[in-house]
Amino acid sequence: MEFALKNFIFYGFALMTVASALLVVTVRNIVHAAFSLMVTLFGIAGLYVFLQADFLAATQVIVYVGGILVLILFGVMMTSGRLEMRIHIERGQLLLGGVVSLALLTLLLTVIANTPAWKNLTDDGTEFPPTTKRIGELILDGPFLLPFEVVSVLLLVALIGAALISRKEVRE
Amino acid sequence: MSDFRAMFASPDFNVSEGFFPNINLQEKLNWAEEFIQNVLIPRLPEAVAAHFPVELGTVLVMFACAGIFVGVVPLLPLFLVLAERKVAARFQNRTGPMRVGPWGTLQTLADGIKLIFKEDFIPPQGDKLLFLLAPYVIFACSFAVFAAIPFGDGIPIPGDFNIGIFYIMAISSVIVMGVIMAGWSSNSKWSLLGALRSAAQIVSYEIPLGLSILTVVMLVESLSMTQIVESQSNGVFSWLIFRTPFTFIAFFIFFISSIAEVNRTPFDLPEAESEIVAGFHTEYSGMRFALFFIAEYANMFAISAIAVTLFLGGWEGALPGYDILGGFPGFVIKTLTLVFLMMWLRWTLPRLRVDQLMNLCWKYFIPIAFFNILGTGIWGLIFPEDTLVSTIISCAIIYIGLIVAYTIAGRTLAQKPEPQPS
Repeated sequence: MEFALKNFIFYGFALMTVASALLVVTVRNIVHAAFSLMVTLFGIAGLYVFLQADFLAATQVIVYVGGILVLILFGVMMTSGRLEMRIHIERGQLLLGGVVSLALLTLLLTVIANTPAWKNLTDDGTEFPPTTKRIGELILDGPFLLPFEVVSVLLLVALIGAALISRKEVRE
Repeated sequence: MSDFRAMFASPDFNVSEGFFPNINLQEKLNWAEEFIQNVLIPRLPEAVAAHFPVELGTVLVMFACAGIFVGVVPLLPLFLVLAERKVAARFQNRTGPMRVGPWGTLQTLADGIKLIFKEDFIPPQGDKLLFLLAPYVIFACSFAVFAAIPFGDGIPIPGDFNIGIFYIMAISSVIVMGVIMAGWSSNSKWSLLGALRSAAQIVSYEIPLGLSILTVVMLVESLSMTQIVESQSNGVFSWLIFRTPFTFIAFFIFFISSIAEVNRTPFDLPEAESEIVAGFHTEYSGMRFALFFIAEYANMFAISAIAVTLFLGGWEGALPGYDILGGFPGFVIKTLTLVFLMMWLRWTLPRLRVDQLMNLCWKYFIPIAFFNILGTGIWGLIFPEDTLVSTIISCAIIYIGLIVAYTIAGRTLAQKPEPQPS
């Protein structure tokens, strides 16, 4: 095994992701939670880079950090006033939540256990092709053409719906 | 313990077989590693060379280069701020700063030293942690952009990614988070208003920006900054701005949207002095304010450099085979020209209203940008290669289009007054 610096960086990213994810669910201040979610998403992008999914990493940052998180923070700021969340949890909810989390954990562990070992694409010594090329071929010229088009139609419908709801004439 | 070590040492052990991934970021030698292997190690005494930790050395060299960047790039705003003040002065028939140094050339240095020694005030009612963090987020993001910009032939790019331009888009979209962080943690209505305006503006203008980049990507068929530059190596008419009529339009959309991205007049609503004091950095003082300032000017330079790389040939010259406007000096000249253009616009145009800002983006830029993509696609079908014929046709269309646009714009502006907001 070679010098472990890359591993060191990898575990740094992993630690960053897990620690900030824990903060997201434990911190009481909702804005702090949102910002530690930013760190989590960045950490995940870093892990994608280690999997040589460079396009996916950049997409992760641009969509989640640059888009969705900004939206979340917008929402928080517009409804500013009650930032300290004291969530009252009833016993029934706790039980239900526990069951759901346990089921999710089992599911994830099964998936992890059944996934073949993470493979390194450059192991065979060939030049690493840009992932964008592969993704493009798969989406536009391959088996994922139909799902891709369906998703784009879905997004279009959501877009038109949002524009319609926000119009004055409809609201009144 | 010894078993553990033996397991790692044995040749059979392969991390990729195990649960955790085999971490191998890049098989190719990168430039830092090359430097160590070919330049440094041959010059070392043999006993040291044999045990030289190449990988650790690589990381140290990378850190050193990052240090150079962090050291040099703040010098850029030093000149740009002075240039801005001088340009502003000339536009207003003044002389600008004249006292410190010859022709006031040391004015920004004096200002910088003053800012370092000023009190670093933290609003007691605000959110201290986020208030302290926000300048660093913005600063780090605007510097990370510089990692992927190709400055010249032979100058190594720290991050020569396959996805170069997409990486730049991603990293610069994080700046919004810093702005929101600063605005919210200041606990001031001006700051919050500025942050909200900034977020709305940046998120909106990112769309035409990305779509106009897409036209370039469609023609080059690559996201890599190096390949984008290399595809423009045949003189001024192979520069992507003249390659098709659509990229010509895309350049202007890109440039105007990028002015909006860096929050400069006429799009400086987030910092509008007459309305919300100074926007999201109202409460900042001392060095933290200086960080915002440096980041803003670094951003301005970076975004101009990206425009030059994408549309104006990057470091490729204006004539094939000759080094006119080429290489590192040519790149800097072109970039500074765009920076000057930004300053020119700032001191010439009045600020937009919010409704005008959003109308411009959503009702004009985005439809035009989509039209550009469609047009570029059709152009690519008609002219799969960049030939003399396609260049001549493209330039002719641009020329005729400019004349028509000029005439129509002149007539309509002469007739129709600006509609008032309802």
